Amino acid sequence: MSVLVLLEQRGTLKPTALEAATVASAIARDAGLELHGVYIGQALSEQVQELSGLGIKTVYAYENAALGHYSNDAYVPIVRDLAQELGATIIIGSASAQGKELCASVAARLGVELVQDATACRWDGALHATKPVYGGKVVSDVVINDSPAMVTLRPNVTAIARVGDDTPAVVQRDMPALSLRTVLKEAAEAAMGCVDLTEAKIVVSAGRGVGVPEHLPVVENLAKAMGAAFGASRAVVDAGWIHHSHQVGQTGKVVSPDVYVACGISGAIQHQAGMRTSRVIVAINKDPQANIFKICDYGIVGDLFEICPLLTEAVKQARG
Amino acid sequence: MKIVVLMKRVPDTASVFQINDAKNGVDTSRLKYVMSPYDEHAVQEAVNLKAGGDGEIVVVTLGTPEDKEKLLTALAMGADRAVLITDEHIDTLGHRGIAEALAAVVREENADVVFAGKQAVDDDGAQIPERVAEVLGWSHASVITRFALNGTTATVDREIEGALLTLEVPLPAVFTAEKGINKPDYPKLPNIMKAKKKPMVEKTLADLGLAAADLASKVAVIQMDLPRQERLNKLLEGDSNAQVAELVRVLKEDEKAL
Repeated sequence: MSVLVLLEQRGTLKPTALEAATVASAIARDAGLELHGVYIGQALSEQVQELSGLGIKTVYAYENAALGHYSNDAYVPIVRDLAQELGATIIIGSASAQGKELCASVAARLGVELVQDATACRWDGALHATKPVYGGKVVSDVVINDSPAMVTLRPNVTAIARVGDDTPAVVQRDMPALSLRTVLKEAAEAAMGCVDLTEAKIVVSAGRGVGVPEHLPVVENLAKAMGAAFGASRAVVDAGWIHHSHQVGQTGKVVSPDVYVACGISGAIQHQAGMRTSRVIVAINKDPQANIFKICDYGIVGDLFEICPLLTEAVKQARG
Repeated sequence: MKIVVLMKRVPDTASVFQINDAKNGVDTSRLKYVMSPYDEHAVQEAVNLKAGGDGEIVVVTLGTPEDKEKLLTALAMGADRAVLITDEHIDTLGHRGIAEALAAVVREENADVVFAGKQAVDDDGAQIPERVAEVLGWSHASVITRFALNGTTATVDREIEGALLTLEVPLPAVFTAEKGINKPDYPKLPNIMKAKKKPMVEKTLADLGLAAADLASKVAVIQMDLPRQERLNKLLEGDSNAQVAELVRVLKEDEKAL
């Protein structure tokens, strides 16, 4: 009987792995179970220090330079077998693109249910999860009466919390013989248009208010100054001004940054579906009636072509 | 080439959602329904693939007779046949059970390629297609933005956070569509008329050799709520310089976010 947390890496441990561990740790404590982690990828080595104080007893490390990138064929049997070996009754993963694919497959192989993209979960005699549905317009509180009970957590919604500084023991595991049906031909890191929006601490997005594609840099410069990922509304993507991987919303990415800055975005329902769980929402729009002002924390009614450059300079000064 | 498309009819998320009296679901009486947007991309990708040669497209959904309306849309977009899995106990199925039932149809159809949307925008479950592949022991690739067939394999692009992966996947396999993969062509009136003459069959779980009791969900909804909106809704005052200065101050000092 134990809790197993899936520690996602992409070369290095991802913040979402530490968030999942934070939640798993609280659940393990409340359920009176031990917490173990599984790590698959390139050498874990001193990164294990990053896992200190998260209540993880043991990290099972399957190290193989060839598995730096996710592979269904390799990852799924490892997680299934380890879950069975440890008698895991709860499995917590990350609701990233690869985490969702991995957990869906593992759940199928184990014959159990799975709740994807929960914004919170807790132990209350059974595993409970808070799950946004209908594009975030409804929040569902569910109980998972299955064993193992499986949940993936939305990135960026959990503050990483450490108790003490105990570092987990690392158990090196031999890699099972790899039989990869699907072959990775190419991995273009930070490829053109591919932005890591979902784990960004700040997201600055441009909407139809920029008028023409040539004006996008006005907002993009603000994103750069804030150290933010650059997002866009559906209108901007559908007009072909920017690659769809920048799109925030119903048919784009769901983001939960610390700060979301909407520039020239009206705030249509389908856009809100992608950003309403952000911690602080800032809206810049010249239309005081825009819906975005109804869901923002701080609003500036004004011309983005005037406000954004001023804000870019002010942020540069504030950040030194 | 036999292509199966898995699709779902879902409430338009632009609808007004109200929680039902029992607080464990939504009031469906005022909802407008659409084909889940990612499934439109899945149907279109099947049509594009078939356009290059011989083949048949079978569109499959699991639900109630009301769902036939959106199967018809898929037929009008270019699918050849439709299958509705329906049963008096269909609402009791969990994701595991739904995948078992869909996989049974895919197996019967002897498909080479299965397309589905990356998730349905009602429960945003994001797991059925991957489970179908696992039930069948097939390969799968999720959230793809490009599909190219080369003989017995498919080359696909898959976006993950901050990187673009190019994968070569052996067929038969299941693929889930992300928005960038294509632009759906919405059906024209003559095709809608023709679609009504295309075959549409209903299958029960028993027809597929399955029993609802074995497929029942083990996830129970305790309560549904509308999300709380606790926003400050504070409009910053003064001229542009003052507004910007105040915004930087609150982000830095009050929100500790800069």
